[in-house]
Amino acid sequence: MDNAFTFFAQQMLNGLTLGGLYALIALGYTMVYGIIQLINFAHGEFFAAGGYMGVILLSYMAGAGYMDTHPWLCIGFSLVLSMLYCAMLAMAVEKVAYKPLRHSSRLSVLLSALGMSIFLQNALMLTQGVYDKAYPGGIFGAPFEIGGVIVNYMQLLILALTAGLLVALNFLVFKTRVGRAMRATAQDKVMSALVGINSNRVISLTFAIGAGLAAAAGIMVGFYYGSVRFEMGFVPGIKAFAAAVLGGIGNITGAMIGGFIIGMVEIMAAAYIPYGGEYKDVCAFIILIAVLYFRPTGIMGENVDDTRV
Amino acid sequence: MAGDTILELKNVAAHYGRIQALKGISLSVREGEVVSIIGANGAGKSTTLMTICGIVRASEGAVHYAGQDITRVNADKLPRMGLCQVPEGRRIFPRLSVAENLDMGAFFRRRKRRIRADMEMVYEYFPRLRERRSQAGGTLSGGEQQMLAIGRALMSRPKVLLLDEPSLGLAPIIVKQIFDIVQTINQEQGVTILLVEQNANLALQASNRGYVLETGKVVMADDAASLLDNPDIRKAYLGE
Repeated sequence: MDNAFTFFAQQMLNGLTLGGLYALIALGYTMVYGIIQLINFAHGEFFAAGGYMGVILLSYMAGAGYMDTHPWLCIGFSLVLSMLYCAMLAMAVEKVAYKPLRHSSRLSVLLSALGMSIFLQNALMLTQGVYDKAYPGGIFGAPFEIGGVIVNYMQLLILALTAGLLVALNFLVFKTRVGRAMRATAQDKVMSALVGINSNRVISLTFAIGAGLAAAAGIMVGFYYGSVRFEMGFVPGIKAFAAAVLGGIGNITGAMIGGFIIGMVEIMAAAYIPYGGEYKDVCAFIILIAVLYFRPTGIMGENVDDTRV
Repeated sequence: MAGDTILELKNVAAHYGRIQALKGISLSVREGEVVSIIGANGAGKSTTLMTICGIVRASEGAVHYAGQDITRVNADKLPRMGLCQVPEGRRIFPRLSVAENLDMGAFFRRRKRRIRADMEMVYEYFPRLRERRSQAGGTLSGGEQQMLAIGRALMSRPKVLLLDEPSLGLAPIIVKQIFDIVQTINQEQGVTILLVEQNANLALQASNRGYVLETGKVVMADDAASLLDNPDIRKAYLGE
């Protein structure tokens, strides 16, 4: 097979994997924005917290020997538990830092979010230390090759899990009663109350879902790169935010598309632009600035708004 | 015809920040009645309804509904108690379809079959809504949105329906249709109606009794027919 093509296919696969992770994080930004018009700057920290909860649980299970006997069960268990933990963490953050400011100016809430981000990051540093924590390796076996493209099982797991979570979220938001309550609350809080929806509960749930998805991304990043670090939430958080804006903030489908585009552009820039690897982090921000300049509503914003929350 | 008192406001005051919007409103509605609140812009009519529903908190006084004090009850608890509002400006969920908007009215209800039967009933009242059931609510005309707002309220099977300015911005022929339906709802289903209107003539003709609001206070309360005959009212609100 053609060399250039295999190279391209390899980058596509890598881009898709990374993009899926950004998409998972971006959803939390966009859902929270859709429902209370807040850019939750603390959202990246849920991603980090998920990564850490994962490593803590997995290390514990590895120490007890379960990782050797039931690796998949351990991964699934730590995934679910970390997602639940981050969901609860996010609900607590919302109660403490955002809910009391529900009727204050948007700037106050934004500052509260920034403060929460600093607090959570430092809490992680103080409790877990400043050094990288390694994920248990060797679970996924050796990579294999399809037509020259190197695929490892970790990537497949990430892709499958991302796809599964995106489908599940879509179902929840667009096909269930809870999802209808979320969409209604996002569109008109007063009217939602008048039809009997408890908006506080819906807002809480939105934070929980967003953080749960971010936690899943955190664990997968831990596996993918082999380790986690207390400040890991910052850069991916901002890139995912760029993805949410690119897709049209508040729009769920948009956040998914935006995540995949940012991931893909980053990988392609690293692969095809000379010295691109050193500049790849800049790509997300160039896109963010370009979107804000040329199309502030993003890809799915306003004009095609029936898929908004 | 009219039964026991089902809704009662006792000396209710409400504030927006430091501005006092209601200065001690007392009124009562009996089961089966149509009662209207008339008054000029800014008299506190909508605030009265929002205070009943707990969206605006009463700073003084009490609201009683069906024998319970609901002054401090959260707004989202009231629909399942049978108290439902069609707010000013309809507040249709713009990005939900017509059918989804109707479904939202029955949000707290569980029995799917009965909900579907009620939706059928709403479609009979407003055939236009059936034609447009998969269209986004925000794309409907003003009259259709008003029909949808009333339909959505009916989906909660209300005992008391609070209607805020149903005639606002609508063509006279549509207004007549809407008021016909409101009276049908009252007579056929026995739904008690508290109606807020700037169009006093229209409102009083459809009502048993009326309250006149001026700057947050009730200045007159009487049978609708007497209010319609009252020279002061005719001068101030009926354009004579």
